[in-house]
Amino acid sequence: MTDAPLPDTPAPRTPSLIARAIDSDIFYSFRRSRLTMVAAAIVFVLLMMALFAPLLVVQNPFDPAQLELINSRISPLWTAEGQRPFLLGTDEQGRDIYSAILYGMRISLVVGVLGVSFAAVLGIGLGLIAGYVGGAVDSLIMRIADVQLTFPAILIALLIDGVVKSALGNHLDASTTLIVLVVAIGLSFWVQYARTVRGSVMVEKNKDYVAAAQLIGLPARVIMIRHVLPNTMGPILVIATINLALAIITEATLSFLGSGMPDTMPSLGTLIRIGNNYLFSGEWWVIAFPGLALASLILSINLLGDWLRDALNPKLQ
Amino acid sequence: MLAFILRRALQSIGVMIAVGIIAFTMFRFAGDPVNQMVAIDTTPAQRAEVRASLGLDDPVPVQFARYFINAVQFKFGVSYQFRQPVSALLKERMPATLELATCATVIAMVFGILMGIYSALRKDSFFAKVLQAVSLIGISLPTFLIGILLIYLFAVTLGWLPSFGRGDVVKFGWWTTGLLTISGLKALIMPSVTLGLFQMTLIMRLVRAEMLEVLRTDYIRFARARGLTTRAIHFGHALKNTLVPVITVAGLQFGSVIAFAIITETVFQWPGMGLLFVQAVQNVDIPIMAAYLLVVSVIFVTINLIVDILYTIVDPRLRATINRPA
Repeated sequence: MTDAPLPDTPAPRTPSLIARAIDSDIFYSFRRSRLTMVAAAIVFVLLMMALFAPLLVVQNPFDPAQLELINSRISPLWTAEGQRPFLLGTDEQGRDIYSAILYGMRISLVVGVLGVSFAAVLGIGLGLIAGYVGGAVDSLIMRIADVQLTFPAILIALLIDGVVKSALGNHLDASTTLIVLVVAIGLSFWVQYARTVRGSVMVEKNKDYVAAAQLIGLPARVIMIRHVLPNTMGPILVIATINLALAIITEATLSFLGSGMPDTMPSLGTLIRIGNNYLFSGEWWVIAFPGLALASLILSINLLGDWLRDALNPKLQ
Repeated sequence: MLAFILRRALQSIGVMIAVGIIAFTMFRFAGDPVNQMVAIDTTPAQRAEVRASLGLDDPVPVQFARYFINAVQFKFGVSYQFRQPVSALLKERMPATLELATCATVIAMVFGILMGIYSALRKDSFFAKVLQAVSLIGISLPTFLIGILLIYLFAVTLGWLPSFGRGDVVKFGWWTTGLLTISGLKALIMPSVTLGLFQMTLIMRLVRAEMLEVLRTDYIRFARARGLTTRAIHFGHALKNTLVPVITVAGLQFGSVIAFAIITETVFQWPGMGLLFVQAVQNVDIPIMAAYLLVVSVIFVTINLIVDILYTIVDPRLRATINRPA
């Protein structure tokens, strides 16, 4: 036997990544569910609208110089008093609702994605350490997680927000507020990741491949990140998707309660809070469209999360 | 059994001490209490005097012990914004929140269980599918949007229900209740539906899943074979076994109902603890924030403890595992 391949056997072709993705079980179950495809389409469209917002709007709603009071309280285009170019009408300050929604969605998504990422990194890190090291470190981390799990995330986020405000002063600028929101959401959502990763690590670390890696003298850090972590990623992905919807709700709620994004740089939640003031004066469009945008965003992400959970669950296949 | 209860009680006390340390840290180190209490033109000497009179010069463990002893007696210091003792403010607001949370839980349990049973027994009917779809929307819509929607529908458009406040209340000592007046009851409807909706969808999905699970078991098949009526099987045998986890979840959820009341109370301007807390966060009123955290934690921890103990009493299988030496 030589090392050279036999000349007449064709080399086994590895299918391209795209071909493998189309051929996969997950893609099959995606194609099977019409609701999931609709949800994915909505998420995609909203994502693109948020991403390319500056190209799609008639004004920059964050720039006070572009707002004119002459344009305040215009109703949507299709109503009797509608005016071009304000498709969905304007608010008290002459802010175009459509533009404000696109920019607001940007903020909501940025805070949501960053918050979930922060929570995931923190939770995965602590979960890996707890599961791999075990002992006192494990019980310390898990006791903290237990205590925190007793409290709803929104309460923790509000407390963090309040404490940061008292430490840094009550009037923060918009970008600092954004960071505070990300931190508050991250610190309120890490527990689920930590618990899941810890559970998987406890199972994985007794397997032969970990023992083999230990035998060839790899440091614990490398084994944890390069070998154990990839095998715990399935459930993490599901949690992250469902958490994204929760994080967006939390941000919107904080902003609605007046502890989130300020009026000068509104997220969807801030827009709803502003609109709530006009509920009784008949200017329904100021609140209806941001509310609709938020609801469809969250519902679609939740539907995707539900589908992903079922698709990745081997018990259901 | 007794050992289990004692161990759980000790754990609860541990949690409370941890929360107490957090509350004290907030109270003491986030913002300077002296700055909040004195005027701008106060001299440094007077500031030092105030500082000493508040005991802020003592060692931190002494201060913590004092805070802890005071907290146990429901003394939480003075609110920065209202210049009133926090405990008086909380006592005034607590009945409103507890009444709202209780009503929401009752609504959630009654309708959630009924809808869950229906959608399990008639799982292919059109109405059951509608319920499933609506429950997904119920979970997806943020609480405040649902509240605003209800206000727009029933207060602004139809004018049937008040959009804010508690209506007229009747006093019993320090407790106030809106349950005995027409306007109080009317004011209670929308907030408690808003607050209970999430729990209701949760309970409905849980009852449906548990019921479907139970209906597949052998003892149900055996009951059918014995010739029992369908009603006896569904309600006498299946439902009884479904309700154990449901009651646990509903009990544990009562804590988060109280926390989520923060949002509902803000939407409906309901004069409860949650609204007080939101205003405290906005105005950086640390004593109220710390006290709210403590009071809510006591409620959470107590409920968790009771549910855990009840669970072992109701479910004999658990008792067996607890009594077995580990």
